[in-house]
Amino acid sequence: MARRVRSGRSGAALVIALGTLAAACAAPGGNSPQPQATATSPASAAPACGSAPITMSGYFETGFPLPKALTTEFTKQHPNVTWNVREDQFAVITQNAPRVLADNPPDLMRLPQVSELVKDDLLKNLDGYATAFGWDKWPASQLEQLRLGQGGRPRGEGSLYALGLNMSMTGLFYNKKLAAQIGMSEPPATLAELDQALDKAKQAGLTPIMQFNGGATGGLAFPLQNLMASYGPAAPINDWIFQKPGATIDTPANLQATQHLEKWIKAGYFQKDVNAVDYATMMSRFIDGQGLFMFNGDWESGNLDKQMAGNVGFTLMPPAEQGGKRAAMSAPLTFGIAANAKNADCAAFFLNWVATDKRAREIGVEIGGSRPMGPADAYMPDVAADKVTASTLAAGADIAKDDGAMDFIANATGAIYAKSWTPNLQKLVAGKQTPQGLLKTVQSDYAGQLEGN
Amino acid sequence: MTPRSAHRRPAATRLRGARGLAGWLFILPALAFYTVFVLRPITLTFQYSLYDWNGIGPSTWVGLANYGKVFTDPDLFDSLVNAFQLIVFFSAIPVVLGLAIAATIRRIAASRLALVARTVLFLPQVIPLVAAGIAWSWLLASTGVVNQLLTLAGLSGVTRAWLGDFATALPAVGMIGAWVLLGLCTLLLLAGMSKIDPALYEAARLDGAGPWREFVSITVPSLRQEIAVCVTVTVIAALASFDIVYIATQGGPGNTTMVPGLQIFYLAFSEREVGTASALAMVLMLLVIACALPIQWFAKDGGK
Repeated sequence: MARRVRSGRSGAALVIALGTLAAACAAPGGNSPQPQATATSPASAAPACGSAPITMSGYFETGFPLPKALTTEFTKQHPNVTWNVREDQFAVITQNAPRVLADNPPDLMRLPQVSELVKDDLLKNLDGYATAFGWDKWPASQLEQLRLGQGGRPRGEGSLYALGLNMSMTGLFYNKKLAAQIGMSEPPATLAELDQALDKAKQAGLTPIMQFNGGATGGLAFPLQNLMASYGPAAPINDWIFQKPGATIDTPANLQATQHLEKWIKAGYFQKDVNAVDYATMMSRFIDGQGLFMFNGDWESGNLDKQMAGNVGFTLMPPAEQGGKRAAMSAPLTFGIAANAKNADCAAFFLNWVATDKRAREIGVEIGGSRPMGPADAYMPDVAADKVTASTLAAGADIAKDDGAMDFIANATGAIYAKSWTPNLQKLVAGKQTPQGLLKTVQSDYAGQLEGN
Repeated sequence: MTPRSAHRRPAATRLRGARGLAGWLFILPALAFYTVFVLRPITLTFQYSLYDWNGIGPSTWVGLANYGKVFTDPDLFDSLVNAFQLIVFFSAIPVVLGLAIAATIRRIAASRLALVARTVLFLPQVIPLVAAGIAWSWLLASTGVVNQLLTLAGLSGVTRAWLGDFATALPAVGMIGAWVLLGLCTLLLLAGMSKIDPALYEAARLDGAGPWREFVSITVPSLRQEIAVCVTVTVIAALASFDIVYIATQGGPGNTTMVPGLQIFYLAFSEREVGTASALAMVLMLLVIACALPIQWFAKDGGK
């Protein structure tokens, strides 16, 4: 008897359970409110933070002190504004970005690759602010990477969806003491000279290039893209990163670059365990004097000036031919405003303040180590000439002259770095992938990801 | 039907109903949690697996196409193959080694050494997996303790970055798992051994059985239930592994340590292909059930 009762009741329980589940029956995504981002921001009088107390919500990256230093200074100058800041690792921000922007829209947020966020209408269109504050009169190259066409494609033109706190610059850092040891008094001026220096370092028993390529972060993408820019023009690489129709990474110049990288690998110019080295290990080894060169960016300038004072130099990647055009990965430290942010005007005012306020620009250089954004004739803080920060800032001017700023090939799509560049570069190191195969695989993954979106 | 029985019946039904209702009230909280946190996510995952969806925008119905992708995309399929390779390390080593260690500890049960051995072996189970992963990635680094010991032993030729080498990364991750799960298996098996009737051993010894014979004929058969539990838990740990791999290698180098758990995470949060991620999750769940159920049946039949 008890058994029969039980079965009857469990039927009822099943009904209850299914009832709870029934709520899930609508198609996913269909019933969630879509942010309305299509409306452009007001273009009338320049927006500001007002004088009433206001709390700004920020979502920043852990380990980078610049945004915090800027918000602290901003509050000092505008006491009615306080900041409620949440911090996460960049990888976590990348994974969280869409949901955070949709469910809990921050006023100001450190952004990963923006194409898909724009496609989903999660970011505020900043065209109105650009007109109001005069951002559209800044050098166009500063904002190019932050402009997107309708639906997020292509990048490089169209409406403005984000702004940078500064403009980072990448190239080759080198250890001056080790350079002297192999008789390198000047940074190499051509690719052939760089090859010679690497060979001399190898002969001298040094690690010629300290790089990372372990886990899910294929750091050999740094030397690879630099080699690409050495062998060919920067524009087609940018077209590929910007997802322009018909763009391909599988070009003859890029093949030469990848073959050159393979030559470096086979010659033993990278550490033997490069596939197990992460970014932090690379940094500590380079600071420890274990490598001659390191491909990295000026976000480390301040750090290296402190830890290797006077012993570190910076140069842009040399061109293949003497006097050829130089190019470098150079991208804004991207920040954006959520489409549904409560205090969008104040966030825009803050971004403008970062680029134009004297003290903010000083903080940008001292703490950020990179070139501030802003008008071409804006105030530039002085940096002692013997500091590596001075070299990285000067490199910015060279790149602007040669029109050689590139975004990072890892930023072409949201998943291209972890899913395609990284495993294939790791295979190239292990001799399990050919240069031609690498470019073909990445191109087909890229095409697949664009199609999927 | 007599008046008496007519009276009694409704009373009995009422009583039964009341008692049943009370019983259901008691399990209601648990049932609610189970429904909200287990049944609902499973149902939702199944539903998502039938759509092409990026997690935010509108979704498109694609039927079973995502399941087709799980079995045809080499990246996704390879991660399933890797998970099965991990079973060797996560299950076979801890269970076999655990049996040997438990048998040894039982023989010296009274000594202080047994207590120390038990504690040391169980310690990895107490340490969070993330901490274990970090510690082991240091030990296995090219300048880590493992390579230092090998160099000391004159084996500098075999030293390498164990987690960064295509041939050794998966076994290295497997060894971390074996280290974690060995203590659990040893303790479970040891507990099982303490329930075996000592008279059995005495009888065997009178019949002239040596330690090996005792182990094979008495210890192992008596531990059938415990071994089944060990195998079930470790097989699930191997198939559903995530933390150790995420910390130690993140699936690299070149996807050699990619496991379904990690792949699902990347698909859903980095590639934003929620549909494919959900399909892989459903496949993984069914695989775990398909592996765990036979072990359970085997244990039950053996017990009878």
